Amino acid sequence: MEFTDDQLQRYSRHIILPEVGGKGQKKILNAKVFIVGAGGLGCPVGYYLAAAGVGTIGMIDNDTVELSNLQRQIAHNTKRLGVYKVDSAKETFESLNPDVTVVGIKDRISKDNILDLIKDYDIVVDGSDNFPTRYLVNDACVMLKKPLVSGAILRFEGQVTTILPGDGHCYRCLFEEMPPAGLVPSCQEAGVLGAITGVVGALQATEVLKVILGKGDVLKNTLLIYDALKVNFRRVKVPKNKDCAVCGPNPTITELQDYDAGYCRI
Amino acid sequence: MEEIKIDKKINIKGLICPYTFVKSKLAIEDIEVGETLEILLDYEEASRSIPKSMEDHGHKVLKVEKINDTDWTITVRKEKE
Repeated sequence: MEFTDDQLQRYSRHIILPEVGGKGQKKILNAKVFIVGAGGLGCPVGYYLAAAGVGTIGMIDNDTVELSNLQRQIAHNTKRLGVYKVDSAKETFESLNPDVTVVGIKDRISKDNILDLIKDYDIVVDGSDNFPTRYLVNDACVMLKKPLVSGAILRFEGQVTTILPGDGHCYRCLFEEMPPAGLVPSCQEAGVLGAITGVVGALQATEVLKVILGKGDVLKNTLLIYDALKVNFRRVKVPKNKDCAVCGPNPTITELQDYDAGYCRI
Repeated sequence: MEEIKIDKKINIKGLICPYTFVKSKLAIEDIEVGETLEILLDYEEASRSIPKSMEDHGHKVLKVEKINDTDWTITVRKEKE
């Protein structure tokens, strides 16, 4: 494939980078990334991946745009209140970059659909806002050996980690079991500074692009914690757990479970 | 003077920065390590910036020559992938 003149202009700042070049940009254009959630994290992740030219972006979210989303969910806007978030995001990302196709899925991700949804994608991004989904996505990515870039935000704090199944840690090596329902507050209960989602989402998008390019270090075996109030980035080592229930040599979780049991949805 | 064997030539006359380097970089990606690329250009600033950028990327600039009132040629050997 040869670049068009428009592509040479659009991606010139990438092509100039030694770590990207024409070859790297073509890898990006051929990449397929699946994003769980079109909310606080999904918006900036998708936005930067679309700008970068990721050829296919899958997105799943069952919600419609509400006014309370717009303090942080930058792919949506006031004219799109009531529109499905994946439709809104598709409109935004495809008009930013016509090289990108957004496949929007208006559904909840579940044990019954996830394997089928992600199987044709190269990398998965978790931008969900709840623990059942986070564990579901982790377990599915481990089972299908899909790289997963996981992010989370609350109040003034964010976390990012990159899971390369078979190589580094997984989410269960980090947090073996889900916290009991109600222990960790949601953004709805505790609040979140909108701009934090941009910081964490941009970090996730950067991790995705490095995985696509095969350049640099990623947050393998590492949890990055950002504290905005203290302006502090902390890297915490996360060794692979040899007894991990899903990615260890003798896993006890060999099929996807009902992750919602005991959890109330908000 | 010893003649340099040229493996690939590109003409980027009419282009300005950064597209002068974008085109040059794509051309050098297309040749093998050890082969040489000759770039013909007419944008003066690029006659200085392309050699510098090529060296920054680890390639060897063999020659920069002003061939007439408006044009330059730059000869670069690819040193690494």
